[in-house]
Amino acid sequence: MAQGEREETAIRPAHPETVIRVRDLVVGFGRKLIINHLDLDVYRGQILGFVGASGAGKSVTMRTVIGLLPKRSGTIEVFGVNLDTATPEQRQAVERRWGVLFQNGALFSSLTVRQNIQFPMREYLRISERLLDELAAAKLEMVGLRPDVGDKYPSELSGGMTKRVALARALALDPEIVFLDEPTSGLDPIGAGDFDELIATLQRTLGLTVFMVTHDLDSLHTVCDRIAVIGDGKILVDGPMETMLASDHPWVKEYFSGKRSRAHAARRRSA
Amino acid sequence: MSAVTGSASAQATLQGAMEGDRLRLTAAGAWTADYARTLEPQIDAQSQPPRRKTVTRVEIETSRIGQLDTFGAWLIERLMRAWQARGVTVEVTGLPENYRGLVAEMNQVKLETDDDVGRPRPLRDAFAAIGRAVYEISHYATGFLQMLGAVLVAMGRVIVRPQTFRLTSMVHHLENVGWRAVPIVLLITFLVGCIVAQQGIFQFRKFGAAVFVIDMVGVLVLRELGVLIVCIMVAGRSGSAYTAELGSMKMREEIDALRTMGFDPIEVLILPRILALIIAVPILTFLGSMAALYGGGLVAWLYGGIAPEVFLSRLKESISLDHFKVGMIKAPFMALVIGIVACVQGMETKGSAESLGQQTTASVVESIFLVIVLDGFFAIFFASIGM
Repeated sequence: MAQGEREETAIRPAHPETVIRVRDLVVGFGRKLIINHLDLDVYRGQILGFVGASGAGKSVTMRTVIGLLPKRSGTIEVFGVNLDTATPEQRQAVERRWGVLFQNGALFSSLTVRQNIQFPMREYLRISERLLDELAAAKLEMVGLRPDVGDKYPSELSGGMTKRVALARALALDPEIVFLDEPTSGLDPIGAGDFDELIATLQRTLGLTVFMVTHDLDSLHTVCDRIAVIGDGKILVDGPMETMLASDHPWVKEYFSGKRSRAHAARRRSA
Repeated sequence: MSAVTGSASAQATLQGAMEGDRLRLTAAGAWTADYARTLEPQIDAQSQPPRRKTVTRVEIETSRIGQLDTFGAWLIERLMRAWQARGVTVEVTGLPENYRGLVAEMNQVKLETDDDVGRPRPLRDAFAAIGRAVYEISHYATGFLQMLGAVLVAMGRVIVRPQTFRLTSMVHHLENVGWRAVPIVLLITFLVGCIVAQQGIFQFRKFGAAVFVIDMVGVLVLRELGVLIVCIMVAGRSGSAYTAELGSMKMREEIDALRTMGFDPIEVLILPRILALIIAVPILTFLGSMAALYGGGLVAWLYGGIAPEVFLSRLKESISLDHFKVGMIKAPFMALVIGIVACVQGMETKGSAESLGQQTTASVVESIFLVIVLDGFFAIFFASIGM
């Protein structure tokens, strides 16, 4: 890790560094191709919203990038490391620099919240028990939870708390990239709004790069710097909100300028 | 000016120097997760005044920090808190603009929790464990009786309104716990029959009474071994499956969903499973007993030199229908016990994967235990009525 990488993030240079570079990605199950020659770049310090119809392959793309699904062809580079040709050590080093928030939290049900957050720290860093406890409390504070929550088990948490704890665990090792799979799904609008705020705040304080799969128009409007729309296994449109609104692709038009989003825009205006 | 340095690390350091009554701490390097281990002792070393010195002000100079993450920011915060607790004024200087938010964030962290759950108290905990275990036994006994009652009531309802009975479901379970269990049950009972006969012949030969092995194998297999081995197999094979199925359905709120749609989970899920067991276990017991007798006969012939004709005629003399009935009467009751235990444990499952594992283990252990206890009671009962 070169020194001063984090400073670059805050300054936002004119030519942002590409942290994830996906080229010509093909993923399929059986005879069906889900992702068909997809290209995508994610720049450092950006919050990328990744949208698409249900079943269009948003989660598949994310899971392929983080190595949970095999790909047919194409290359994926994260931090300039090609994950296919990387040695296991290089791969592990890359994995240490990203955090993943799964859709349903994927908290380890037999560990307490504190142990869940400490789990990656315990594996990768040899630090004292005291520091582990303090850092777990710090991470909980960062995601807006009280330290008492640390003693609870995942089954005792509400939906919003589960998401926050899962985010705290994703942030345990201070990753540079976080992958969020539908972070606001299943939350009430206020909870979802708070969560968006939280992601934006953390992005600012920690200089994170965020790859967010989402359906939430609010999130797309409020926190995303850039939006990529996936359809027919490719990126249809890619750019900030204005590009989305100006696009004449039927699905993109329907999604961002349809009835639901018009009502949404009206609400935003009146607010 | 005297230098008070902590152990130097190439990548992340905290060095202290006294300027009058002011301690000037200089932080440098990458204050990140990777160096937290080397930084922590340095922080702790610099959290107290150097020997024979009084410190009234502390300045933490941070402009030489190259990288900072939550780990480093927390350590700065810990250092500040340690000095503030001594009533010393602490000042952080030269912090790069982009890290201010992070350090400010760490300032909000509250460490103390409201309760004292985590603190171990050996004596209290030991008593608490005993109390909990006693409570659990009574809780479990009530659970067992409740389930038994609920199943009987559901059975009554089904007898009154047979159209509500889930025949398809029961046939499905019957296939799983009965038909598919046949090969393994036949194999195990056959082997046990062989072993018992071999051991019997080996021991009885010393008294020149090898032929009595036929009496022993016949009585033992038909009264006890057949049914016990089958029940142990079924508890391990099907009881555990029932617990795991119901447990994961409970975890995923499927059982709650059934309830809200107006279905009784006992009637829909549990009754077909238990009835399938009650039908399957006697059949398996019969097949298992036959396999064991066959195995015994085979060993008697090949190892003991007792011809099959001799074996059969001797068997006919030595055993009565009573022996066979004793084994078969026990079977459905054993099945009921296994089924109820499995279902109670399944329904007791809490939200975690660990809980599911615990309940499945408990289900197998308890059903085997109860089957053997029940077998003991049956032995006393049959002895007293002379069967």
